[in-house]
Amino acid sequence: MLKRTDYLTKTYGKPEGWTLGVYERECHGYQTARRVLSTMKKDDVVNEAKKANIRGRGGAGFPMGVKWSFMRPHPTKPAYLVINADEGEPGTHKDRTIMELNPHSVIEGCMIGCYGIGAHVAYIYVRDELHLSKARLWAAIAEAKAKGYLGARPFGVDYPLDVVVHTGGGAYICGEETSLLNSLEGRRGEPRLKPPFPAQAGAFGCPTTVNNLETIAAVPSAFHMGCEAFSKLSAIHHLNDGGVRLFGVNGHVKNPGVWECAVGLTLRELIYDLGGGVLGDKPLFAIIPGGSSTPVLRADELVHAPDEKSPLHPWHGQSVLDVPLGVDTFRGIGTMLGTCCATVLAEGTCPVAAMHNLMQFYRHESCGQCTPCREGSGWLLRITEKILDGRGTMEELDQLHDIANNIMGNTICAFGEGTAMPALGFLKKFRREFEAYVRGEKKKSTDGRLTVDHHDFVGG
Amino acid sequence: MTFALTPERDQELEQILKRYPNRMAALIPVLHLAQDQNGWISEEVVEWASRRLDVPPAHVRGVVTFYTLFNQKPVGKHQVWVCRTLPCALRGAGQLLAHCEKKLGIHAGETTADGKITLRTAECLASCGTAPMMQVDKTYHENLTPEAVDALLDELRR
Ligand SMILES: Cc1cc2nc3c(=O)[nH]c(=O)nc-3n(C[C@H](O)[C@H](O)[C@H](O)COP(=O)(O)O)c2cc1C
Ligand code: FES
Repeated sequence: MLKRTDYLTKTYGKPEGWTLGVYERECHGYQTARRVLSTMKKDDVVNEAKKANIRGRGGAGFPMGVKWSFMRPHPTKPAYLVINADEGEPGTHKDRTIMELNPHSVIEGCMIGCYGIGAHVAYIYVRDELHLSKARLWAAIAEAKAKGYLGARPFGVDYPLDVVVHTGGGAYICGEETSLLNSLEGRRGEPRLKPPFPAQAGAFGCPTTVNNLETIAAVPSAFHMGCEAFSKLSAIHHLNDGGVRLFGVNGHVKNPGVWECAVGLTLRELIYDLGGGVLGDKPLFAIIPGGSSTPVLRADELVHAPDEKSPLHPWHGQSVLDVPLGVDTFRGIGTMLGTCCATVLAEGTCPVAAMHNLMQFYRHESCGQCTPCREGSGWLLRITEKILDGRGTMEELDQLHDIANNIMGNTICAFGEGTAMPALGFLKKFRREFEAYVRGEKKKSTDGRLTVDHHDFVGG
Repeated sequence: MTFALTPERDQELEQILKRYPNRMAALIPVLHLAQDQNGWISEEVVEWASRRLDVPPAHVRGVVTFYTLFNQKPVGKHQVWVCRTLPCALRGAGQLLAHCEKKLGIHAGETTADGKITLRTAECLASCGTAPMMQVDKTYHENLTPEAVDALLDELRR
């Protein structure tokens, strides 16, 4: 169901929309943090947060309030809130818009989050390339400090709060939360074994909550209207997937971009109503629903959920394009919601070339710590490349499945799954195209296209 | 030659140190500060960072070699990064890169003979909704057309 909202995006497009004045005028800026800090108890904040049913916006969809409730006061160590703004998952372009256009929502969200989990400092980890985002966050912090919102006594309450922007060094893996913590500590961004989980031993060995930037930015509006009311804005509130969120679409659509809508939007609405339809009015071919690690869907796929107890049963027999974009609904159709930014492929796009492009990404970004991922990502790339170049065999095509399956579940972090799942997705959904390359019926030079038309780059 | 930051940058370093419970955590921001000044992370910079932050040189080297953005050798005056990942490729990143290579007369990974421009490919820069795109030094250029790229590169070479 298409229901556009503007809780988080009201400042987008407003002149100087990123400044405190606009935030206070348009978004009840900092009134919610003031009320929470002055009138609520820490545990009540966490209980209220649970009612919002905010599913983590970083990709895994873990309920935010539940994650907060894992934080236990430590007798000697401080607690930290760490915000993940590494935004590196290919196809994801949403967190950046918040940092650039509504940075104060992040700062206010950090204040409420810190208070709820018992932290006094929040670190926002921003990938280094996003220089404008970092500058806007720092400016917002300075404005909030100048007003006495952030600092030793926020709104006169004896609860010191600080927010710090930290920068990465160009590594996708640092989006993985434990790798991010190592990077924050000034180390190589290699993921850590879990347990211990960040809530037990996170940043600097202290109890830590890691939340995605959009997750925390949703907090002020949720608390402002009441978390249960916020959750009910969603069409799939009953599946514990609440509120509003950002939906992005990119690739072969006429009007790529990011929009705020109530949870429950479908891919069809995202692609045709918001994205303006497929470039060149071509038929839709395939969709990567939420970042490159989420398995690809074919445009002609139907939902198979004959079991009446399945949450997907209401959509049984319907197109996957008509399933509400939700964490559990998309898991139910064999893929993932991920970051909720979809990549659209038009008819004529070569799935073998698309997989090859993605395997180059994973090869480049594997941190090299675990053997199955380090060796497997290279192996997947080499064989895909051979097939694309017309030098692959049927045995090698089958070998791709084995390699991917041997990465799954055998690595320290989910980068392994993030590499194997899209590979398996392309292989399963487009087996015939891969075979055509092996048999020499298709060739890279004539069929290996990723752009829709022959003309130069499309521009915008 | 030993390395040292300019006084202004050194003051910034002191500010950075205040943000963290220990000195090591400042390493990545501090290496960016040093690279802004020096253009790359030379062995002198490694030794300096090791002393300044009280971490072993081997640790600094480990960090420098892990992250793509730290240059381990001298680079051109301007850094041009063309995003090559799928969402950009769907909107012509391959053609964009070929266009840049032809115009500059170098391949990705190389620097022009006059030392002005280093051309590289980047992995997804969170700008997929405004593709194709490239990053020039610290600025994003989005929704690129051939004309816009030509104008940009001409400006950099001037
Ligand atoms: C390889 C990999 C890359 C990731 N990249 C990001 C990222 O760029 N941004 C992000 O918020 N989460 C990313 N995540 C997910 C984080 O590990 C973590 O689940 C998330 O930050 C938690 O926040 P949330 O619960 O609010 O979603 C990544 C995970 C993996 C395995
Ligand atoms: S793929 Fe180029 S910015 Fe995301």
